[in-house]
Amino acid sequence: MPTTMRINGKAFQSSSAPNARLLDVLRNECDLKGTKEGCGEGECGACAVLVNGKLVNSCLIPLGQMEQAEITTVEGLPEDSALARAFVQCGATQCGICTPGMMLAATALLAEHANPTLEEIRWGLSGNLCRCTGYGRIYAAIAQAAGGSADV
Amino acid sequence: MSLTIINQRRDQQVVGPARVDGFAKISGAALYVDDLPAVDALHGTTVRTAGAGGTLQEIVFDPAINWSEFVVVTAQDIPGINAIKLLENDQPVLVERTFRHAGEAVVLLAHADPEKLRIALKGISLVELPNPSPIFDIDDALQARQEIIPGNIYADYLLERGDVAAGEYLADVVIDERFLTPSQEQLYIEPQGMLAHLQEDGSILMEGSLQCPYYVLDALVQCLGMDKDHLRVVQSTTGGAFGGKEDYPSVIACHAALLALKAGGRPVKLIYERGEDLRVTPKRHPSRTLIRLGANKAGELQFIDMDFAIDGGAYRTLSPVVLSRGVIHAPGPYKCPHIRIKGRAVATNHPPFGAFRGFGAPQSILAMEVAMDRLAKKLGMDPVELRKKNLLCTGDLSPTGDVVGKDCFAHAVLDAALEHTHYQQRREEYNAWNAAGHPTRRGIGLATFAHGAGFTGNGELHLASRVSLQALANGHVEILCSNTEMGQGAATTLVQIAAAALGLPMDSVHLAQTDTSRVPNSGPTVASRTCMVVGGLIQKAAGQLLQRLRETMDLAESYDAQSFAAACAGLYAAGDALVTAHYYPPADMLWDEQTFFGRAYASYAWAAYVAEVEVDMITLETHVIDFTAVQEIGKAVHPVIVQGQIEGGVAQGIGYALYEDVLWNERGVMANDRLTNYIIPTSADLGFIHVVLLEGGLGAGPKGAKGVGELPMDGPAPAIVNAIQQALNIDIRQIPVRPEMLLELTVSGGN
Repeated sequence: MPTTMRINGKAFQSSSAPNARLLDVLRNECDLKGTKEGCGEGECGACAVLVNGKLVNSCLIPLGQMEQAEITTVEGLPEDSALARAFVQCGATQCGICTPGMMLAATALLAEHANPTLEEIRWGLSGNLCRCTGYGRIYAAIAQAAGGSADV
Repeated sequence: MSLTIINQRRDQQVVGPARVDGFAKISGAALYVDDLPAVDALHGTTVRTAGAGGTLQEIVFDPAINWSEFVVVTAQDIPGINAIKLLENDQPVLVERTFRHAGEAVVLLAHADPEKLRIALKGISLVELPNPSPIFDIDDALQARQEIIPGNIYADYLLERGDVAAGEYLADVVIDERFLTPSQEQLYIEPQGMLAHLQEDGSILMEGSLQCPYYVLDALVQCLGMDKDHLRVVQSTTGGAFGGKEDYPSVIACHAALLALKAGGRPVKLIYERGEDLRVTPKRHPSRTLIRLGANKAGELQFIDMDFAIDGGAYRTLSPVVLSRGVIHAPGPYKCPHIRIKGRAVATNHPPFGAFRGFGAPQSILAMEVAMDRLAKKLGMDPVELRKKNLLCTGDLSPTGDVVGKDCFAHAVLDAALEHTHYQQRREEYNAWNAAGHPTRRGIGLATFAHGAGFTGNGELHLASRVSLQALANGHVEILCSNTEMGQGAATTLVQIAAAALGLPMDSVHLAQTDTSRVPNSGPTVASRTCMVVGGLIQKAAGQLLQRLRETMDLAESYDAQSFAAACAGLYAAGDALVTAHYYPPADMLWDEQTFFGRAYASYAWAAYVAEVEVDMITLETHVIDFTAVQEIGKAVHPVIVQGQIEGGVAQGIGYALYEDVLWNERGVMANDRLTNYIIPTSADLGFIHVVLLEGGLGAGPKGAKGVGELPMDGPAPAIVNAIQQALNIDIRQIPVRPEMLLELTVSGGN
């Protein structure tokens, strides 16, 4: 039985098996290549997407659970936003492979805490591994996007 | 001496232009190798040896599988030489008969359906006659009861100045220590992969995640027996590398190309899953260091005697280069009359170890810096005091025997670090804290070091790098070089350097895609050389271009964007729009690679790193509360990028010190081959990382810049170990400092 969901605001139906990984559906069926595979076991967060506003690792999500779900990938985020500008200005992206997941983690974090403390930022990103930045410039970008000081 | 201090955390005015690759990465539009369009692509996979070396007797294909559906490649299909091109032709592309480690490639398979491929993988069994006594330990390798290669030695170097026996005579206090460092995984978040296309004319296009396109090209030429003109290597957006994508992409590229040759024109995608990447690709060399230091009562070093050995794994690969850097960095930024550093890279039955940020230096610097603290303790002297007495000054003889010039900031960085951290005050506060019986102990520790940028000694001369600038019809300028953006910011920094040299806005300068059919060989993207060496060549090429525009197109001395564009267009129309700059070493760059005598690097960056730690006395977990990284790097071309490099390097160093440990199974394969059990720092694990940049402006690069990429990997581990030693009053001889180890040390009373 096909699975019907909304991806980045558009209806989408997949007839893949219910145990297909959401990650593969997004990348291979929807051609949404911004969602990356880093580890395939839910540790790195490179494949993170929002499902009904919650941050999840799409490599761990079976398609069958996605019936009627609202899914947001990095391609569904606004092209120009305070967050995107801050990520560029603050040096929050280096190699960029974790960045789509980080952008979604930051989006989820800011939805919950409009003005997050440094501690909230830290914990909000703790499911997303970045090997390049040491996270400091990402904290700065999120703080700046939230309208606070980037001095973190 | 003018020294500019940029304390980035507190001064947000100092920024830089936006990264040229920023928006593509943030929007998810940047295409990594697994994202590249490849119509009708086949997926590749690799059948590997199980034993830790031995002889391959037979490859058995399950008759129940219809193998005609698959592309199957073995050693017999290699048209050229069955060896990966590097320093030595010892590593086979595919095992034919003998092999040296578990995980060596034997058979390559490709099929359109990854699921069928997974099943087929199980349908091939290798009959192996195993090596009865594999070697996994450095000292076992040195004893050479079994030999993988003669004496089990890939490289044997000696840096010797003065006479250690004379130093022993002059020393009042001597310490004698043994240190171990583990392997460390680069853990780029994008696993390694290549995409090979056989073109209609029989040529091959190779796209993939890589640092050094010309290494891959040379490897393909040798393995395929094809002409360079029929091979094209293009770098796709690379999701981190840190040295890990220096040599291994050549292996994957050869494999993907061999499959593509038999795939009837369909592209072949060979992308590793995380576990395979962890098990087979090169990591940081484990090391074992025996070190003796002697000082007089005043704390002046009298001798440094070190036996530094690294595990090179089963093939030579880059081990001699890693060892050389480890040996040169071993004596640290200190003056000492009598030095003997014996360095050896040994053969074992582990998969080959390779480049990882700092290659060799983090290992030997850990031994030296922890030993310095041990010496201070035995002298009853503060570790800062001991360093102040011995740090190099202008006019001193460096450990490699050259006179230290004006570009020496060993004292300046230490002074800045002490001031920024309120070191002495903190030390007293922590001593008081520890005496008060809290459930935690706190400590502060430091490391002083220098890191040489660029290839060692004559290496840059042998590379003979070339960079071109191409004036375009629209008045823009394109940079043609083989250096790669892998996250470190090279694309932005190089464009920035060219734009500044040409007096143009950054959006008038473009960095060409790294494509060997278009770009000259400007050397590999390694060894912190890109900004300093390649940036210098870009600046030089810009000078040549301006000269040509002035001579042939009458460009005025001062010009605006419009007149520059008109002159460029003229040059382009005349068909004379390409200039190429060639590398020449600095005049005083004399180096003897046999005796390790002379000037090893065009520039050293100087650093003092301070770690403040808290150890939970119940769990014995260590937390780095605060980390201060002070470095003199000549000139921060792009302060935000530099800061990101340093914070990222420090984070990797914290991982090296506390969490990251490659565990081995009985066949010499990484046992913790998952992100679940190979632990790197998350945002929740890291405390503050403060970055302080000093600019002396005397480096060999543009505006006096020096290389910075590897530097931050050297200092965190020794600074953290020294801090934990102070917190718990114990002696540590091994990293990572995990709770289990602290339990043993604290129960055994510190020794």
